[in-house]
Order: sequence, then C-alpha cells, then structure tokens
Amino acid sequence: MSQTNAEINRPVKRSEVSKLRWTWEEMKNNKTAYFMLAPFFLLFIIFTILPVFLSMILSLTDFNMLEMPSFKGITNYTRLFLEDDIFLLACQNTLIFAAITGPVSYLLSLLIAWFINELPPKIRAVVTLIFYAPSISGQVYLIWKTLFSSDSYGWVNATLIDLGVISEPILWFENADYVMPLCIVVALWTSLGTAFLSFIAGFQTIDRSMYEAAAVDGIKNRWQELWYITLPTMRPQLMFGAVLAITNSFGFGAVVDALCGFPSVDYAAHTIMHHLNDYGGQRYEVGYASAIAVVLFVIMFASNIIIKKALSKVGE
Amino acid sequence: MANKLRTRGHRVVLNRSAGGDTGITIMLTIMGLFMFLPMYYVVIQSLKPLDELFMFPPKFIVMRPTLENFGDLFTLMGDSWVPFSRYIFNTVFITICGTIGNLIFASMAAYSLAKLRFPGRKAIFQIIVMSLMFHSTVNQVTHFIILSAFGWIDTYLSIIVPSMATTIGLYLMKQFMETSVPDTVLESARLDGASEFRTYLTIAMPMVKPAWLTLIIECFKNLWNSGSSIYIHSEELKTFNYAIQQILTGGIARSGAGAAATVVMMLVPILVFVLNQSQIIETMGSSGMKD
Repeated sequence: MSQTNAEINRPVKRSEVSKLRWTWEEMKNNKTAYFMLAPFFLLFIIFTILPVFLSMILSLTDFNMLEMPSFKGITNYTRLFLEDDIFLLACQNTLIFAAITGPVSYLLSLLIAWFINELPPKIRAVVTLIFYAPSISGQVYLIWKTLFSSDSYGWVNATLIDLGVISEPILWFENADYVMPLCIVVALWTSLGTAFLSFIAGFQTIDRSMYEAAAVDGIKNRWQELWYITLPTMRPQLMFGAVLAITNSFGFGAVVDALCGFPSVDYAAHTIMHHLNDYGGQRYEVGYASAIAVVLFVIMFASNIIIKKALSKVGE
Repeated sequence: MANKLRTRGHRVVLNRSAGGDTGITIMLTIMGLFMFLPMYYVVIQSLKPLDELFMFPPKFIVMRPTLENFGDLFTLMGDSWVPFSRYIFNTVFITICGTIGNLIFASMAAYSLAKLRFPGRKAIFQIIVMSLMFHSTVNQVTHFIILSAFGWIDTYLSIIVPSMATTIGLYLMKQFMETSVPDTVLESARLDGASEFRTYLTIAMPMVKPAWLTLIIECFKNLWNSGSSIYIHSEELKTFNYAIQQILTGGIARSGAGAAATVVMMLVPILVFVLNQSQIIETMGSSGMKD
C-alpha cells in the first residue's frame, strides 16, 4: 500500500521539507522493506562486511587470540614486503595462477557457450552438462591425483611409458616444475561454473532477427557477428562473468591443497591464500595474517576494477 | 552487399562457412573429452573389482563391473568410531538448513531490493555486488574470531548461519525479479489490500520459481561440497567429503571405495542440475551486471 502509492499518501511533498526530513519520512513509509531486508543484511554484515574491517584493524596490531591485541602500526606490512621471502613467492604464484586461470577460464566459458549456442536444444543440454558437471561435483577433482599418480597405478605415467616417451615414472606432484601447471589445468577443469551458464543464457537471449539484419548490413562471417552484435549485446553478462572468474581465480587454494599437500614441494604452488592459512590457522599470528588478508583483498578488488574498465570497451 | 545475401524461404541464411562449422566441432570434441574423461574415469574406477584396480597399466574400461565398492563403503567406515551414516547426515543436514535459510532470507531481501523504493536501496545493492568481487576465504581468520565470539566454533551453526547470507543467490534472484515480475501485478495486489509481505509471498515468489531453483543449486553445491572446515574439530560433526578424504588416504586398495564415495557425492548435485537446467538457464538470462 505504502510504496508506490507513496505519492498520494505521503504527508508532505518533497519540495516542502529538508532532504533529511524527506528521507526520514520515506524510511518510515517503507518500514516493511527494511524488515524484509533485515535478516539477510544483518547476517551479511556480521559474516562478510565485519570480517573485512576487522582484518584491516587487526592488521595494524600484534594479536595471538589469547592476549589483547597491541598496536604495531604498519610493521606487519613492512615485515611482509621486506622480510618475508615466502610471501613474495606466494604473491608471484598467486598472480601467475590468477593471471592464467582467470582469463583462460573466462575465454573458455565464453567460447564454449558460443560454440554450443547453435546446437539443437537437446544436444545443447547434454553438452552443457558435460562442461558444467566438474564445477558442481565437489571433490571429483581428486581423480586427477589418481590419473597423475606416481606409482604404477597412475594412468598418465603408464601411458607415457607405454609409448616410450619416458622410461621412469614422473613424480608429478612432488616435482616443483610440474606442480604449478598441473594445478592450473585442474583448476581450469573445475572452472566452467556459474559464469558459463550466464554466457549460455546470454547467447540465447539474443534475437535471431538481429543477426539477419546484420547480414543485410554486410556482416561477412561469424567472427564479425560475435564482435559487432553478440558481445556488445551481452556486455552485462560479460561483466558478471568477469567478476566471478576473477573471484574464483583467487580461490583455488583448496584444489592446490588437495593435490599437492601443504606446504607444496619447494613452495612451488604456495599462494597468498596458503600463506594466510599458515599464519592465521596454524601459527595464530592473527595480526600478521590479517595484513596478508588485506593485501589479498586489495589485489582482488583492484583486478576487478581494472577488468571492468577494460570490458566496457568491448565492441567499440 | 545485398546481392551477396542468401535467403532460404523467407529467412536470411546467416553467414556460416563449412570450414568454421568443422573447426568448431573439432574444438568442442577435444574440449569435451578433456572435461568428460576424468569424470568417466571416476565412474569406471568405482565399478572395478579389486583385481582390475591393481592391474597394470590401468585401463579406461571395466571388464567385470561390480557394485562391491559401494558395499565396501559401509563396511570400511563401519569400524571407524563415528558411524558412516553420521557423516552423511551431517552433510545432508547442513545443506538442507543452509539452503532453506538462504532461500528465505535472500528472496525476501531480493524482493525488497528489486521491487520496493526506499532510501538506501541502491547503496545496499552496490555493497552486495562488491561482495561478489572477493573470495570468502580471504575473511577466514577474522570470521573465526567472530564465530568464536558467538560461541559457535565446533557447532553446526558455524557453517549453516553464514551460508544463509550467501550473496550470489540474492543477486541472481533480484535481477530476475526486476525483469520478470511486472510492477502492475504487484500494484493491483496492494490495491486489493494485500500487505507487502503477502504480496511477496503469494504474488512475486510463485512468479520467480526458476530463480528459486537457481538459488538452491548455487547454495546447495557449496554446502554439499564443503569438506573439512577450520571451524569444526569434532569428528562427529564433520562432513561426508571429509570422510572421503580419509578413505582415500588408505592408498590404492581403497581407491575403489573412494571412487564409489565420490560418485555418490557427485550424482546428487548433477541430478539437481539436470532436473532444473532449463529454469536455471532462464534465470541466468537476467544475470547481467550493469556498469
């Protein structure tokens, strides 16, 4: 009753009162809206927003969960960047990992969604399932550990020996050279998730008549069609997919842990997330761990903003 | 230009070259195999009898398929001091409670943000969109502090309650409501004297069933697939995924049982998705993010 009828019911006109007063009246008129929002938003603040600010505050202190935190200024940050070699290695690994898995999984999602767009609906549903399934199947990625197992039960080693490529089994997950590329492959394998579905839907919402009109206007092949018609129309989906791809590219820590153990051999797959777990979950240096979290947070946020800027140029 | 335009019947034939079609089919096949074969291998492993599991070189086919591994699951975990069924119960319980909570809270909030005009709605939605931009594990340490302040460490609550405020489902539902629930319908309900909550429950919610299903699978897959958590220490509160990891540490002799457990686990979300695929894709049609 009160919301869209507010024009009629509102006791005062906007022009008659101060902005503050008007806002207050509007808020009172929309009590229900706040009540409906409250349960979710309260939990969201407690479990998502508060932890972020708490990290920022604790990152300036020394805190071991038992004694009161003591203020230390920026020493945690200087220690991170100047003294902690493993952190710098972790930064490097994280950025390599994210710089490969993020864009590649994004492009794979987009390309595959595009490829299957013109398939008949039934076949498309099956193909969608094949590509999407690994991302919802939980720990099924552990099978890669079996496939690349170093003993005689590893299928990859067995095949390579059979073909005469190698004479001795390779210790895939214990070799610093292979650990990172393997984790990237497995991460990509699990990465065709929500963004992929969003792209599929995006392609389907585009009206065929737009392509026909484009053909009349002289679009010569499907690549031109993609660049000039499809992608600009899908820009909102592209944004959404990018946000998810970036976020996920920083969140593959569990995959790495399960495949390589912790710590990984020579820290070859050690990411910022692992460093965070190490200090926060095992050594209880919460202040220091919070500083790590803040750095990671800034990296995630910055990459989102940069990518969003870049994507607004698509199709121009 | 116009003379090069081909038509069939009254339809314009789109520019599709045979070479392009072939190329795309080959690419799709290669990538499809890359995605599919590991999944297939898990299923095959779960059906292999012991002697075939030990065979060298390992094979991508099973000669004498058996369901023994699935039975072994129960005997294997029968001698652990936490009964096997407890792990399954934990996963199911956490998943159901968290998903239902998320559905109720997020859909109410989504309705409020999508259909009601109140001061602060844009800012609140902006904050929620921002939360999609960072991975929740970055908060782990401070999350732990907050949970222990509530006294929730080592309880189901530590997993269930935070999951009720997952933002992705809210985001998708809000976007979907904006495009598929017309204001005029809500308006006439209000004119009939329905309260705002009633309008949400009886008018808006039935119109966005595809979005429910999408929210459910988004929340479901996270909870169902949750493994060991730093917030849970007690063995009897741990999830089925954690139990699978324990089985797999037993080496090759247990890999059949491990594969069987993995198959059981993956079948559930896949089934949920298969049954709801078209509705989920429909919801995703409005998932776009305006800049």
